[in-house]
Amino acid sequence: MRILMFGWEFPPYLSGGLGTACYDMTKALAHKGTKIIFVQPKVEGADKIRIAKGLTLRSASGQNVTKVSEKLHSSLTEFWRRNVDIRNVDSPLTPYATPETYEDYLEQLLKDKRYSELREYSSSSTVLNLRGGYGKDLMSEVYRFSYAAAAIAIELANEYDIIHVHDWMTYPAGVLAKQVTGKPLIAHAHSLEYDRSGDNLNPQVARIEWEGLSKADKIVAVSHYTKNLIVKHYSIDENKIEVVHNAVTRASFAKQFKVPELFKDEKLVLFLGRITFQKGPEYFVEAARLVLDKLPNTRFVMGGSGDMLLNIVRRVGQLRMGDHFHFTGFMNRQDIERIYAMSDLYCMPSVSEPFGITPLEAMTSDVPVLISRQSGVSEVLHGALKVDFWDVKEMANKICAILSYPVLAAEVVKRCQQDLKSIKWENAAQHLNDIYSQTV
Amino acid sequence: MPNISFYFQVHQPYRLRHYNFFEIGESPFYEDIDANRSIISKIANKCYLPMNSLLLKLINKYKGKFKVAFSITGNALDQFTAYAPEVLASFQELVKTGSVELLTETDNHSLAFLYSKKEFKRQVALHDEKIGKFFGVKPKVFRNTELVYNNDLAVAASELGYEAVLLEGADHILGWRSPNYVYSPVGAKTKLLLRNYQLSDDIAFRFSNKSWGEYPLTADKFANWVVNSDGDVVNLYMDYETFGEHQWADSGIFEFIEALPAALFAKKGISFLTPSEVVKKFKPVAELNVTNSMSWADVERDLTAWMGNDMQRDALETVYRLEEGVLKTDNPEIYKIWGRLQTSDHFYYMCTKWFSDGEVHKYFNPYGTPYDAYINYMNVMGDFELRIKANLEGKSAKFATPVSVLLEEEEELAAPVKRTKALAAKKEVKNTVVKAAKSPVKTETAKTSAKAAPAKAATKTTAGKAVEPRAPAKSAPAKAAKKETVPPKRTTVKR
Repeated sequence: MRILMFGWEFPPYLSGGLGTACYDMTKALAHKGTKIIFVQPKVEGADKIRIAKGLTLRSASGQNVTKVSEKLHSSLTEFWRRNVDIRNVDSPLTPYATPETYEDYLEQLLKDKRYSELREYSSSSTVLNLRGGYGKDLMSEVYRFSYAAAAIAIELANEYDIIHVHDWMTYPAGVLAKQVTGKPLIAHAHSLEYDRSGDNLNPQVARIEWEGLSKADKIVAVSHYTKNLIVKHYSIDENKIEVVHNAVTRASFAKQFKVPELFKDEKLVLFLGRITFQKGPEYFVEAARLVLDKLPNTRFVMGGSGDMLLNIVRRVGQLRMGDHFHFTGFMNRQDIERIYAMSDLYCMPSVSEPFGITPLEAMTSDVPVLISRQSGVSEVLHGALKVDFWDVKEMANKICAILSYPVLAAEVVKRCQQDLKSIKWENAAQHLNDIYSQTV
Repeated sequence: MPNISFYFQVHQPYRLRHYNFFEIGESPFYEDIDANRSIISKIANKCYLPMNSLLLKLINKYKGKFKVAFSITGNALDQFTAYAPEVLASFQELVKTGSVELLTETDNHSLAFLYSKKEFKRQVALHDEKIGKFFGVKPKVFRNTELVYNNDLAVAASELGYEAVLLEGADHILGWRSPNYVYSPVGAKTKLLLRNYQLSDDIAFRFSNKSWGEYPLTADKFANWVVNSDGDVVNLYMDYETFGEHQWADSGIFEFIEALPAALFAKKGISFLTPSEVVKKFKPVAELNVTNSMSWADVERDLTAWMGNDMQRDALETVYRLEEGVLKTDNPEIYKIWGRLQTSDHFYYMCTKWFSDGEVHKYFNPYGTPYDAYINYMNVMGDFELRIKANLEGKSAKFATPVSVLLEEEEELAAPVKRTKALAAKKEVKNTVVKAAKSPVKTETAKTSAKAAPAKAATKTTAGKAVEPRAPAKSAPAKAAKKETVPPKRTTVKR
């Protein structure tokens, strides 16, 4: 089977959870003989790179769109007019912006000269340039990506059977490509606007998400949790949606990290992820206060950054536990491995989490995990401790239990290891291949 | 053609309430009274009461030819006393007929035998005493919790004077032999009665299973199976809750039992026997050597349902590690709570075997996961251990048992009267203090205390006087506030 994939992240070019998932997924697919061309906004220094046998990375940036068909031009215009108020195409959206910050950005950007330049790119230039990432002009990037990627889809029409797109940034490209080439479209939902923004949905993103999911021949959701949200929020026929859980590749750590001698009698509880409302950092803070009242020999570490960071720091100060609650900011791979080695518990109190790969990473480092029931990953982790994100007291109860009863921690690790054995990309790739065969 | 011997197990644990880590050292109240009470009354209506009245009817109808045996745990008896006295009365009525035999087990349905012989003996004696008190009989046959058995148990039961011990007729100890005979243990005088698991489980587990090849099971069909069995006696041992609770009334289980005696008596030569009658009537055919502990649970018939993982073993070791401290306190309240915390169900809830018997385990489990069961239990043990320590150090270690909480609550309801009395008492105290202050014999300390005391007493009396008629109401919030420090107690009782 030959697949044309559109993605927004691919390591080493900007890699969050989405990029890691796309990388592992395509590698596993290629290993099974599936041929993949993965188009992403920008590939540094080349038009395309061969990643592995059967897996090619292709840059959308630099794509010449001078000679593409009239059909694409009209489809493109029509798509964007339909879904987004055209005046806002170059709008300053970031995927994780809140409505308040949106207004500020908009104001600033309208004063910005680059704003008009960007618009010229999309209307008159024959070569589209993209930067990728999640800049202030994300929506215009998405617009240009849809243009370039659809042009690539036409150019390569004889080299693939199915179009497979990852998350809303690539949905316009997918819908357009399907429209101009007639090839079947699979929309992969790694996260939804609901997960990112709760009830403050960005109407443009939600609209694009809906259009992509509606036009797709098949939807792949990363969890039943996500599938249910799609059915609920977008009224999509559930029979069209397949659940393929993400997986994790067992990290081979370069080094064994030693726990500092002076730290040995202390317990460390870790939170790692964007410090935004959907990750539930405030519940972690409240639980930490309860735990510290009982077990003062405990430290809490919050790794990562995000728009709630300041509020969280303030709250930690207000609760007078700054000496036991630490912020590391963004951590690189090595620091993450180091902090795992020091941790006695990994905590993921997400309010809404389509999947949530980090608990699996913590588990590969033999750290027991406590996750919210409102996460997709809890569907595959039978051995993890679970709690409702809002139940701070129960969260604290379980943190105390893990720190106080070593037998419990050992049992959780043991059973999570059993779970890990079946959470493999190999299985996910097999499932995707089955879906591909059903779709052509 | 064998005879038939029924024995029913009656047990209900004292389920624990959700007890979180932050209550350790704060709340000495562990039981989920509401759940326990409502489960008892639910099962009383679905099973105990209808089945007891059916058995009584059959006993009367067949004039002593229909007989059964029961083992009713101390936990069950105590809960019947507290929550469903009519159930206790109906059991007493059954025993009075003379056609119902009672067996002894550990009072708390515990695994004490595997951890402390001393505690095991205490609980056996306690159960015997309870049976004597409630039913006026002295059991002769012993059954251990969940039919946990090994050679040592036979020796222990023998030493305690029991004529027979019940155990599972498991394939791995019998091999080609039949469970339908009396056997003898290694190194003890007592006799062994073996459960025929095939025929027992046909009733207990498979009766209402529509995908079972023999469904529906009729009394005639079952009577034929018994008649066609080999040996001296078919021992049918099962949970009493089979009738009406595990197998619902609409499955026809009551009609099945009602029809069974007639169907069996139609085959001439079959009698119903109680376990002690079986022992009297038949001689052991062979010796059974059981070195590894076994039970009647799950397909493995071993102890892994209670001791299969580290959480279970940790919890068990924790509760028995407290024995020395409990003994030292010599406090009946502490003994009672310790006993209830030994009930095997607590450890069963922590089981992580989710394979063939997972469904059975889940059905009986008040917890969402084995982790929750372990965390909750260990939190309770954390508090309990602190209270034992406090008691040994001479500090008061108050426990709120269901009964004492209820009493306290009643006291609160009857408060107005009591409080006025209390006020009067306080007034008297004030008077004596004032008198003391006036007394000519004064030391330095007496002086200071006397000075302070009248002032305090004065404020109290003025408050009391000023709002005399409403005084009790006024003092109520104060008491409520004090009680607020133990919120679970209040909420649980109120609900």
